[in-house]
Amino acid sequence: MEYTTSVSKHDWSLHRKGPIDQARHNTKVKEAIRENLADIIAEEAIITSDGKKLVKVPVRSLDLPHFRFDPKKQRHAGQGEGDSKVGDVLGQDGSSGTGKGPGKGKQAGDTPGVDYYDAEIEVDELAALMFEDLGLPFLEQKQNEELEVESIRFDEIRRKGVMSNLDKRRMMVENVKRHAIAGETPRFGAIRDDDLRFRTWQHVYRRETNAVVIAMRDVSGSMGEFEKYITRSFYFWMVRFLRTKYHRVQIVFITHHTEAKEVDEQAFFNLGESGGTRVSSAYQLALDIVSERYDPARWNVYPFHFSDGDNWGDADNQRCVDLVKALLDRANVFGYGEIREHSYGTPTTLMGAFQGISDKRFIPVVIKGKSDVYPALRSFFSLRDESGGLRTAA
Amino acid sequence: MTVDPVTKDPFTAQLEHWIERIWEQARAFGLDPYPTHFEIVPATIMYEFGAYGLPGRFSHWTHGRAFHQMKTMYDYGLSKIYELVINTDPCYAFLMEANSPLENKLVVAHVLAHCDFFRHNAYFRHTNRQMVETASVNAERIRSYEFEHGVRAVERFLDAVLSIEEHVDVLDAGRPGARAVDGDAEDKPSRPRTTAYDDLFELDTRLDPGKGAPAVRAPRKRFPVEPQRDILGFLQEHTPHLEDWQRDVIAIVRQERLYFVPQMRTKMLNEGWASLWHSRILRELDLPDDEYAEFARLHSSVAAPSRRSLNPYYVGMKLLEHVEREEKVPLFEIRKLESDVSFMRNFLNKEAVEELDLYLYEFEGGEWKVVEKDWEKVRDGIVRSLTTYGIPYIVVEDGDHKRNRELYLKHCFEGDELDLRYAEKTLAQVHAIWDRTVHLETVIEGKPTVLTFDGEKSSRATL
Repeated sequence: MEYTTSVSKHDWSLHRKGPIDQARHNTKVKEAIRENLADIIAEEAIITSDGKKLVKVPVRSLDLPHFRFDPKKQRHAGQGEGDSKVGDVLGQDGSSGTGKGPGKGKQAGDTPGVDYYDAEIEVDELAALMFEDLGLPFLEQKQNEELEVESIRFDEIRRKGVMSNLDKRRMMVENVKRHAIAGETPRFGAIRDDDLRFRTWQHVYRRETNAVVIAMRDVSGSMGEFEKYITRSFYFWMVRFLRTKYHRVQIVFITHHTEAKEVDEQAFFNLGESGGTRVSSAYQLALDIVSERYDPARWNVYPFHFSDGDNWGDADNQRCVDLVKALLDRANVFGYGEIREHSYGTPTTLMGAFQGISDKRFIPVVIKGKSDVYPALRSFFSLRDESGGLRTAA
Repeated sequence: MTVDPVTKDPFTAQLEHWIERIWEQARAFGLDPYPTHFEIVPATIMYEFGAYGLPGRFSHWTHGRAFHQMKTMYDYGLSKIYELVINTDPCYAFLMEANSPLENKLVVAHVLAHCDFFRHNAYFRHTNRQMVETASVNAERIRSYEFEHGVRAVERFLDAVLSIEEHVDVLDAGRPGARAVDGDAEDKPSRPRTTAYDDLFELDTRLDPGKGAPAVRAPRKRFPVEPQRDILGFLQEHTPHLEDWQRDVIAIVRQERLYFVPQMRTKMLNEGWASLWHSRILRELDLPDDEYAEFARLHSSVAAPSRRSLNPYYVGMKLLEHVEREEKVPLFEIRKLESDVSFMRNFLNKEAVEELDLYLYEFEGGEWKVVEKDWEKVRDGIVRSLTTYGIPYIVVEDGDHKRNRELYLKHCFEGDELDLRYAEKTLAQVHAIWDRTVHLETVIEGKPTVLTFDGEKSSRATL
């Protein structure tokens, strides 16, 4: 009979090509994330992840480039359901903003112009990549160190111990060895006390130095969505960084418009107020708090402030300069970040006033876009030597 | 009908019975497919073959990425591959293990119509019908290069080649003996300038005409003689310092790409053809009521209009039906002679554009908006995009630019500007192959411009 059709069902369980190449791709994703940290960490999806452990980040560089048309300069064809007309809107700009990638659409190419790949990564893993060579600059040993941290590490094996710490694998090995030495068949069975092995622990001591970070945030009316976003983004990572790297560091949160107040962490991140701006109120409050609670003889003090630089007037700017100098007498560094989305060379008042401060421990940073957040973190938290020069990471 | 006796379980036996019935129904309608082997596979395998395009194809992380994306969408219930059929003789088709009996029937009918199309459409006349074996041999060769030269080195080179894999001569695709157009054999490209003193040596011959070349240079012959669209073929033959394995990698990528070209050129027609026949065949099968309802649901989800792209299943099928009904053209003639471009150009008339409610849209002031409903302009827009398949028409203009062995590519501008970020990155990939300065002439904001990558940095110059 003529051959027409046939059916078969083989065992495919050992076929692993797809997963193997997928693993190679995953490795490349990690590499790409490392290379693009500055863009990735400013993604809104992460900052607003609300403690979710896994976040999706778009990795742009992982597409193989090819010659292609600019989708936004091209006409595309589509179909309506019988009632389409000129002027119908099919959607918004799909390639900017919140990182809605492919994978949600019905099919690839559903949204012209969106070409990046959504990679899943744990926030902690991302943080580890970011912070591996960062630290608190000019950290000093202060008297009266905080209590020694104690943790427990299991790193030793003994013959006697608590049953709950029995190391079963080692016990089995010992048992089999004993049978073999006795000339019997090397097998597992007939356990004796001699075979038992217990894991045991040591106390680990770590000394930590006292440190307090004072996070100040401008919540005045002139702070637009972009400025607020950058501030939140910076402090999100800063808090994360401090908590993972320095277990005992304290953080004081201050918000200000014309008046400053100390708030808790949640209010700090969520607060959206309005009104005028008097930056000195925040610096004064910071100074008061340091004087009252954080004696520089015992504490390393790190004030940071983010603002759009739009302050009330020259008189207040001058007060700010004086207060920054006063804070620098007590603090290890003072970090000031000014966020300017659109200004081209307009001398924003506060940064202009700070020009006169020549202390190497005063670190001013200008942020113009999302991708400047990571460089800002790096300039604030790069380890420095005595002269103030950057210390290369070990 | 032959069945592997080892695997003849009741499910397979049942399926085999239906495949036979569908085959007979297809024949009764006049379809003439290649003999077809169906393999039942688990989802992972289905998605692997879907991602790689061919079973056993070479390893690359882009395949791994495609696999992961497709598999994830399946796992989340967002999309599902139903049909996967390979154009070979006999054809290979894959059925997913988890398919319902009705899904299998629809897929089998759909697949057999594809196999008929592969066998009879003019554009497939010269395709390699042993492509599965060829792809396996290719994969084996690439694996041996990885073994010999290191996984990273091969991957780096493959990355570069795959970046420009689309640039083969599509009109040439699959013709037996189709190969890169060669320059004149005597047309030797100049020796690249490699030292700062090369000019002096030339001066030497120029000052003493009796000693060597004539004082005045003869007009240089073009290299290549004609601008060459087959960039891969050109690089394979003329890149100055490639190792044999690298030339072979280019040849493999080019060969596999050419195999897929006829499928690209007939995507709409082929899917339309298969959708039309799966629905006609299934209506003849006397399905029980519940299966008929499932069929109606499945069919309408496969052949649904899409606002932002042309769903080939839907547009292809509707247009074929329209042509058969209104124009009285025999469908079998269309499937024999047409490609997507000619099909659309010949048959997308006013009535069809209106019936399918087709339009053109573009990006305007932050939104994607419908901008054109005039049927002729819509037709021309669609024909134009099908002509390029979204791939810019780029040729090798000069393989010895500045008499310094620099590569000069030219974008034959047809009104649509390139994505510059991508163009610059791709140029760097071309440099990774050619290993000397590369240029691309194109049009930016209405001005002819040359992009250049010299191995370290990109630059732009307005002509």
